[in-house]
Amino acid sequence: MSAKPITNEISAPASRPPTRAAAASPDAMTQLAASMVPPPLPAWRRVLARIARWWLLIAFVVVWELISTFRQRINPQLEVMLPPPTAVISAAQDLLNRGVLFTHIFDSLKRVLMAVGTATMLGVPLGLAMGWSPRFRNVVDPLLEFIRPIPPLAWIPLSILWFGIGDVQIVYIIFLAAFFPVVLNSLAGARDVDPYLVRAGLSLGARRWTLFSTVVLPAALPQIFTGMRIGLGIGWMALVAGELVAAPSGLGYMINNARTLFRSDYILLGMVMIGALGLVLDYLMRQAARLAMPWHRGQ
Amino acid sequence: MAQVDIQGVSKVHFSIKGEPLLALLDVTLQVEQNEFFSIVGPSGCGKTTLLNLLAGFEQPTRGTLHVGGKLITEPGWERAVVFQEYALFPWYTTVENVRYGLQRKGLSDAEQRRLVDHYIGLVGLRGFESRYPRELSGGMRQRVSIARALAVNPSVLLMDEPFAALDIQTREYMQDELLKIWQSEPKTVIFITHSIDEAIKLSDSVAIMGPRPGRIEEIKTVDFERPRDPTDPTVVRLAAEVKQWLRQQLFETKQTVPA
Repeated sequence: MSAKPITNEISAPASRPPTRAAAASPDAMTQLAASMVPPPLPAWRRVLARIARWWLLIAFVVVWELISTFRQRINPQLEVMLPPPTAVISAAQDLLNRGVLFTHIFDSLKRVLMAVGTATMLGVPLGLAMGWSPRFRNVVDPLLEFIRPIPPLAWIPLSILWFGIGDVQIVYIIFLAAFFPVVLNSLAGARDVDPYLVRAGLSLGARRWTLFSTVVLPAALPQIFTGMRIGLGIGWMALVAGELVAAPSGLGYMINNARTLFRSDYILLGMVMIGALGLVLDYLMRQAARLAMPWHRGQ
Repeated sequence: MAQVDIQGVSKVHFSIKGEPLLALLDVTLQVEQNEFFSIVGPSGCGKTTLLNLLAGFEQPTRGTLHVGGKLITEPGWERAVVFQEYALFPWYTTVENVRYGLQRKGLSDAEQRRLVDHYIGLVGLRGFESRYPRELSGGMRQRVSIARALAVNPSVLLMDEPFAALDIQTREYMQDELLKIWQSEPKTVIFITHSIDEAIKLSDSVAIMGPRPGRIEEIKTVDFERPRDPTDPTVVRLAAEVKQWLRQQLFETKQTVPA
């Protein structure tokens, strides 16, 4: 045996396999990784894969069209029960030409955004305060839990007495619907902050407001956004209910008005618009969350 | 007065049923300026409670704790903590995490930048400045955490099993790195671990704690040259001695505690 000193360091063998040497440079590593994954799909396959998730929706529309036209052939009067998608499209054209569709959409959007905006401005601070301070929570909780189970729709008669028929009354109903999910999610977000993060903040010198703004608020942000998304969804439902009962305009009003006129194509158009706008609003909300929380992407 | 002075500290915790439990009984110890002081012991011996008291997260039921002659009443940057699970702010990048305490201290922007740059270099994280914690490996996260704690220039650095969550190779590497940092910028360190080998490799002194009630059993001085070879006979002997002693302790505890 040679008198080779024993050290803790692992010495490299005299000759290494060539693949390992190649793997040492980042460029070669990227190439190696690229050579291991299968080649990308041809263009037409990629287009097909993109369409794939819409197939069921397209099939749904096609089947709807077929059923409607089939029933119409048996008895033309049945068309009013379920107008086909093509009839909904021509109804949209009709209302666009008369310039009323955008007015209804604009009025409904305006009410929802005002109500959810107010619910956010009041609900997020309240929820965070409740989540952060158990003492405050104990005081506010009974009142909140008493009001929460009352459906927003039960407020309609009283709210008409208070505000009359109009924007304020409908905004109030939507606000009630959106407020509680916003409060409860903000509360949970602030209450469930990792206690070690709070300790880390404290031991690095953060107190009160700085601790809140640099630790509690960002930690609760994902939950706050969840609350806003739920609030927006529920608010959208309450909007239609509110407008169905009493409103001078809006998509809910449009649906109710079409009912008295026996225009089921307008009714369906209103429903489709509500669905599509709800989808768009939720998408925008998720994009806003992505922008506000770059560290949270892909989770 | 020593840099860290713990006098007659007892701490009562309460179980979920409300029964009082003696987490610490009459702990007295002193740690000198720039000493690397480890506390070892089996789980449940109260070593983390002791660290929480030093950090100011909890208050002692009896006794007093002083750091740098000041009575501990609340958490503060002069006793920065490195946590086992890193406790990095997920919404801040490496730079923002390290800068956090400096901002709270109200240093000038230029001074903050200088210190952040220095400590990121010291822990070897150049090139990862703008990564978020979840884009870093466990070892790198703990480096950020160490840089964040050192940057505020604490009078004592508290480390709560900082390497326990790392794999064994990374752990040994981080131990070497920590020693290098400590030797280049001496600092009082209180290091909690359940690994006797780790404590002997790193420390000037090792306090051994026993459970039920949590108490200091013995304080060993380790005065071998660093870096310490874990296969060196004197190191092996000391480690074996401590381990044997702890085994004996656990055995006796088992004898006295009804199953």
